[in-house]
Amino acid sequence: MSFMQRIVDFFSRKSVVTKGGGDKAISKQKAGGKMTARERIGALLDEGSFQEYDLFVEHKCQDFGMAGKELAADGVVTGSGTINGRPVCIYAQDFTVAGGSLGLMHARKITKVMDHAIKMGVPIIGINDSGGARIQEGVNSLAGYGEIFYRNTLASGVVPQISVILGPCAGGAVYSPALTDFVFVVDQISKMFITGPEVVKTVLGEEISMEDLGGARVQAETAGNAHFFSNSELECFEQIRTLVSYLPDNNRAKAAIIEQKKPKASYKIEELIPKDSKIPFDVRDIVRAIVDDSEFFEVQELFAPNAIIGFARIEGETVGIIGNQALFLAGVLDIDASDKIARFIRFCDAFSIPLLTLMDIPGYLPGSDQEHNGVIRHGAKVLYAYSEASVPKITVILRKAYGGGYIAMCSHHLRADFVFAWPTAEIAVMGPEGAANIIFRSEIMAAENPEEMRKLKVKEYTDKFANPYVAASSGYVDAVIPPEETRACIAHALKLTRNKEEIRPDRKHGVPPF
Amino acid sequence: MSEQESLRETQEIALENGVFETRVTKKYLQRKPYEKDDPRVIKALIPGCVAEIHATVGQPVRQGDTLMILEAMKMLNRIKAPQDGTVKAISVAAGQKITKGQVLIELG
Repeated sequence: MSFMQRIVDFFSRKSVVTKGGGDKAISKQKAGGKMTARERIGALLDEGSFQEYDLFVEHKCQDFGMAGKELAADGVVTGSGTINGRPVCIYAQDFTVAGGSLGLMHARKITKVMDHAIKMGVPIIGINDSGGARIQEGVNSLAGYGEIFYRNTLASGVVPQISVILGPCAGGAVYSPALTDFVFVVDQISKMFITGPEVVKTVLGEEISMEDLGGARVQAETAGNAHFFSNSELECFEQIRTLVSYLPDNNRAKAAIIEQKKPKASYKIEELIPKDSKIPFDVRDIVRAIVDDSEFFEVQELFAPNAIIGFARIEGETVGIIGNQALFLAGVLDIDASDKIARFIRFCDAFSIPLLTLMDIPGYLPGSDQEHNGVIRHGAKVLYAYSEASVPKITVILRKAYGGGYIAMCSHHLRADFVFAWPTAEIAVMGPEGAANIIFRSEIMAAENPEEMRKLKVKEYTDKFANPYVAASSGYVDAVIPPEETRACIAHALKLTRNKEEIRPDRKHGVPPF
Repeated sequence: MSEQESLRETQEIALENGVFETRVTKKYLQRKPYEKDDPRVIKALIPGCVAEIHATVGQPVRQGDTLMILEAMKMLNRIKAPQDGTVKAISVAAGQKITKGQVLIELG
């Protein structure tokens, strides 16, 4: 073959394989409102930055008529590229090739690019769109999944791992996304479940649609498996690019510090706080009044909205923000909120992102369903995660700080580096009404008019204890600050804690209440 | 047969890969089958006490209108209309203590 022939041959081979499953399968994919694997990578990464690996990989299966059957790139596109100039590794399953089914070589392509990401210390992004295991490849297909899950675990806390569900992701396949740090779903396109609606019907007799069982909204709102919900693939890619901008490349690096911007003038902290402490307000507005450019990138916005988590910058530095949201369920901690907060803390701690906690916690959600579903062990995760985290920990007590919830939300006792409290803070063992009923029980009972006496005692307790000064007198609050100085105080604390070091007893690893 | 006895008996469970003879747990027996949530039936998501009712039966409401204030966990929580509609029934009264999941208002 002459030189020219070789070049022509290369391009013709390449053009066949990059066609994926062919025109018919591609038009079917598009009819479902979906992009192809290569289009997705092109849209997500910086233009022209994608470097593909393993285009000519072929499957080795000889059984069930698979011999001689060509599956372009074995149903997955892998490689590396950049997002805002920063390198990332990426793979995208190609549903047009045998339904994106996962066989041994398909899995090997994925694990190769994962190994690459771990070794080079760059984020890994996986786009899932697959019917599941390639049945013809039998146990080799399962081995492929197992190798991916193993690497997800190895990579956890080493490089940020992002999963994007752009099609079905069912059965065992769901466990790769579940092991990664952030899961993105798109309305009407993403479907995630362990067992599909048909099996659910046979086993339980339950009639439920695929969308109601494991659609994007259910995963983002009810199950909490997904962290980001969007209405289109392009919107989803924009979310991913934004997320990456807040993160460091790996656990040895720190997130880039960019030029700082002041919060927008429209967010005035002193105007945001209601005069009556029983009136709820949106804690996200407080966040926006504190952070650079009033830009708060919320994580798990739809799940357990009684707590908020997300990223923002203060004087250019990425911080992970956690807050109690009085607007929903009075801002209580419950099972879902605990899980949400605890995992976020561990992510931030693993990637050297300082934690800012905005406390306004009335307590835990009462009820048999909470108790029977294990609110004790789930709630314990928050305590564990905060205590274990060695990144800078800054807490601002906005209003309520009652009982166990006060301890849990990064109090001085769990080693917050700075605890600030607004003058509106109420730090006490329990709410005035509950406390007065217990402490002054006999006096109330003995009174001529018990109801009057009860009110009197509630007021007495409120005046005496529902403030920040009792805690401050014991040194549990480092400073009581006027709300408008919050940003400046946090910025100072961040500067001071930048080189924080914390010595811990030697151990293999702790045993968190998973 | 008591509940304790029935827990000791085995029963058949159909899973994806076949039917299995097995004992079951109390939690398994108490599973509730899936019911699609009706957004027109507004239930309490938190136990508490009805502080104020701002709606009347027959009144047309817009999405986001405050229908009721529920005092719970030291907060005055606004119960809002999840969608446009008319108030069909109000199942609670001001001052009433309510449990989690209790129906508060139905929209028509």
